[in-house]
Amino acid sequence: MSDASPDPILDKIKGIIAEQLDVPETDVSPEKSFTDDLQADSLAIVELVLALEEEFGIKIPDDKVDSIKTVGDAVQYIKRNNDG
Amino acid sequence: MITPLGLDTEQTWEAVIAGRSGVGPITKFDASDLPTRIAAEVRDFEPTKYFSKKYTRQMDTFIQYAVAASYMALEDAGLHEDRPPAERTGVYVGSGLGGITTIEATHLAMREKGWRHGISPYFVPALIINLAGGQISIFQGFKGPLMSHVSACSTAAHSIGEAYLAIRYGRADVMIAGGTESTITALSVGGFAAARALSKNNEEPTKASRPFTKSRDGFVMGEGCGLLVLEDMDRAKARGAKIIAEIVGYGANSDAHHVTAPSPNGEGAQACIRLTLEDAGISGDAIGYVNAHGTSTGADTVESQAIRQVFGAHADKLQVSSTKSMHAHLLGAAGSVEGALCCLALSRGVLPPTINLDDPDPSCDLDYIPHQARRVEVEYALSNSFGFGGTNACLLFKRTP
Repeated sequence: MSDASPDPILDKIKGIIAEQLDVPETDVSPEKSFTDDLQADSLAIVELVLALEEEFGIKIPDDKVDSIKTVGDAVQYIKRNNDG
Repeated sequence: MITPLGLDTEQTWEAVIAGRSGVGPITKFDASDLPTRIAAEVRDFEPTKYFSKKYTRQMDTFIQYAVAASYMALEDAGLHEDRPPAERTGVYVGSGLGGITTIEATHLAMREKGWRHGISPYFVPALIINLAGGQISIFQGFKGPLMSHVSACSTAAHSIGEAYLAIRYGRADVMIAGGTESTITALSVGGFAAARALSKNNEEPTKASRPFTKSRDGFVMGEGCGLLVLEDMDRAKARGAKIIAEIVGYGANSDAHHVTAPSPNGEGAQACIRLTLEDAGISGDAIGYVNAHGTSTGADTVESQAIRQVFGAHADKLQVSSTKSMHAHLLGAAGSVEGALCCLALSRGVLPPTINLDDPDPSCDLDYIPHQARRVEVEYALSNSFGFGGTNACLLFKRTP
């Protein structure tokens, strides 16, 4: 997950998360938990999931949302479902 | 206070005393298809002065106004730093229509994008009326009684009256009370236009709200929020609070007559004013100023007659005005903006005028303080609010020494 090379998906997702959760972009890194570190409540997570779906043209079903706990989880999920 | 006349209490008061109108062409949506294309909009409101941007997606505008107004009201009451005990502080804030802006926009989005992407997870909490008070309670940390009264154009007066009772019955020491409204949307303006309730004086917006005139042709929709901080008198005195006025009477009743029209001869309104005087235990002769409901509709005559019936010969000594001639009709927020103006009128010794009273209707025959404010000290001020459904609420305020 801690990829040293530039990660376009991570870069893009950082902006969306910062905007949606109203946190500084510098606080958004792969190991951060949405609920514990970024103070997202259940409604904020739904809103974030919808924003990611729109941005990346993917679908994140409700039963998959629970497995996305960190920013890194979201990046992995998008990578797995984006080009495939 | 957040009104079409200003973004705080002082701006609003200044405009009221100067006799300025807050009415103009509708800019919030394209009103070109409607017979009414004017309203009194709140201008240049900046929600991020009060809370961070993400909350603007979580709250309809009527809730944003309420949260912002709660900060201003607490500051003004000297309670922003010197917090009252949370469990003894309650919030009664209502609205007439609530989040119709959110309902309308979300319905359109749902038709376009489907339910999943069209409806925000915040849709319901953003629009329901009791979230105006709910958000205030959350932002301010108050844990006393929390509810929202909904009674059309008497909403805010009921909220203040019920908050007054909550303190009287010992259920709270401090109450934040009033109403909030933001309904300048196609559906809402269209709806009131469909009921033939709105002025169509599109050519002269600032002249459109003209209560008690012969040429009046309906009310002008306004928006905004007025909140009062009510506090147990002993507590307020003990902490050396700046007391603006005292609330001494509250009356509430109903017409049992018609959905939009007042009862014949304003019987409901008469009874409501009498109940309020009785509640305060004072005679009608003691009243100096009446802030009339005065919407610039046919009901102005009925209200004037009701006042004459209740006050008898004293009606000729009363000074009555409709500040709706300036800030227009704030619907569920009307009673608290007008109640606040009554309090300021008492404490500052200035009575707000009724502007646009160029052609008085002979059937409205009281002293309406035409055109210009008056410097007069009065002891008691009555605020009238009457709403669709035949719901009435009156508040009586007393000058504090």
